[in-house]
Amino acid sequence: MNIFVCIKQIPARDSVIRFADHEKWIDESGLTYELNEPDAFALEEGIRLREENGGKVVVVSMGPERTIAVIREALAKGADRGILIESDEPFRVDAFATAKALAAVLSKESPDIVLTGLQADDLGFGQTGVILAELLNLPHASIVVKIIDISDGSIRIRKELEAGWFQNIDMPLPALLTIQSGTNKPRYATLMGIKKARKKSVEHYSVRDLGVEPLISQTIDHLYAPPKIKDTQFFEGSSREAADKLAEKLKFEVRIL
Amino acid sequence: MSVLVVAEHHGGKWHKMSWETLVAGQMAATLLKTELSALILGAQIEPLAAELATHRVNRVFVAEHELLAEYSSDGYTIAIQQVIEEVSPDLILFPHSYFVRDYGPKLAARLNRSFLNDVVDINVKGNRIRFTRQLFQGKINADVIFSDASPHFISIQSGTYRGDTLEPTGNFAPVEKINVTINPTDIRTRYGEWFRESKSKVDLSSAEVIVSVGRGIKDPGHIPIAKGLAEALGGELAASRPVCDNGWLPLERQVGSSGQTVSPKLYLAVGISGAIQHVVGMKGSEKIIAINRDPGAPIFEIADYGIVGDLFEVVPALTEAILAIKKD
Repeated sequence: MNIFVCIKQIPARDSVIRFADHEKWIDESGLTYELNEPDAFALEEGIRLREENGGKVVVVSMGPERTIAVIREALAKGADRGILIESDEPFRVDAFATAKALAAVLSKESPDIVLTGLQADDLGFGQTGVILAELLNLPHASIVVKIIDISDGSIRIRKELEAGWFQNIDMPLPALLTIQSGTNKPRYATLMGIKKARKKSVEHYSVRDLGVEPLISQTIDHLYAPPKIKDTQFFEGSSREAADKLAEKLKFEVRIL
Repeated sequence: MSVLVVAEHHGGKWHKMSWETLVAGQMAATLLKTELSALILGAQIEPLAAELATHRVNRVFVAEHELLAEYSSDGYTIAIQQVIEEVSPDLILFPHSYFVRDYGPKLAARLNRSFLNDVVDINVKGNRIRFTRQLFQGKINADVIFSDASPHFISIQSGTYRGDTLEPTGNFAPVEKINVTINPTDIRTRYGEWFRESKSKVDLSSAEVIVSVGRGIKDPGHIPIAKGLAEALGGELAASRPVCDNGWLPLERQVGSSGQTVSPKLYLAVGISGAIQHVVGMKGSEKIIAINRDPGAPIFEIADYGIVGDLFEVVPALTEAILAIKKD
């Protein structure tokens, strides 16, 4: 099976985000980056599919040069090959522009299955996989919690619906799935894996070579801290002092005790 | 200029976000000084279409087809594409439902457009309409404008507008049928019945007090710290998604867009940053307390009371203080 997993590098979860460019973008200097957590679940699903069905896992990512770090990480965890689409403004573009670049590369390959994470935790679109399926003319399922069966050129999956409901879906391969977080336990890279990763190949494309320089349709007009909805009363002092004051509040004002 | 709202239903019942989205559509139509239409698609949907027509819309479009009886991304995409080509709306609003997440961006892409999801506000600056959405897990708001030609596609985040404020007017807007062509072979996916894995034994919605833990708890071995506080308060223990994803608490204790929606008298968020997926499930709580080491955590935007500090010190101290008060 040719298994493709799309991954993204995003600012680390605990990053303090500062504004730049007249509140039209964030200050990227001094940020550290990591693999988007939902993509780790998609990658793990891809590696397991290869373990069960044979084949190769190829990871694809779009971003500036630093993005190579998450590709190396995926190779160390067991992916066979990497593709980096270099773009200097990776996460200022909308999901449609990203999906176009990914589609330009994937249409040169012959995937049996394409996996993405549920969403990237930076811009939170949760769209790239769905659009990619459309651009590659593949059937898809989103928010997949389980791959149940693959046989005779078709796949059965379970997807999550609202309010605790689920549904099984059958579709022909090739297909695209967006993987719900928490559906598996992503493996760690082993020392051996890290060593082996150095010898694995990473192809480089640029959005310019691909002829898909993003036409940005969504422009950020203004970035700001979300307005406070409540006038929060903070309790200060040592942990004990703050806890005592809060407990008093619970007794006399919230009247819960 | 015209605005179209796509209303959603399942099994003969409205999705409650349909009404919230209709309120958003009314706001957008007022801001743009234009008319509002609503679209409903499915099979045997005349009663729903008639009900929709009494809710302050200028027109209701109905796309009926037997292949739309059950949701499919292919069927919905093909049908709505034909409706858009027929009625040429400039702005199309969708509820940010699981269905829309599954077909909305695909539909927009088919029409060579982007899709702006999770909109939490619509406003006008100068003569341009702006849509607000949150970035970086709720840490930042962004006002976004479309810089390409219409139609523009947006989805409205759950709970952004009050659907229950929308009362039927007694007037019927005209209902117009739109013929859509769908072939059985267009639908590549086969959808099974909906089912629930197990009936949830925990009903958080009736709890008066909920202590909810997030990623900040760090390790399953630390869960008893929050459990102790819940017990001292006589409340239920709940969690945000990452805690359940890790298997530290069962899924049936999850609060948020993919878990339960709760509105207790008191909601204590412990080590929860307040990503929008969590907040939509608990922001209706009467009083909200947040304990978090990050003063910039979005949870503080909606908290009545807050302690910025180390939960591993604050929570045991709070549990002790509560037990001491109860003893008196």
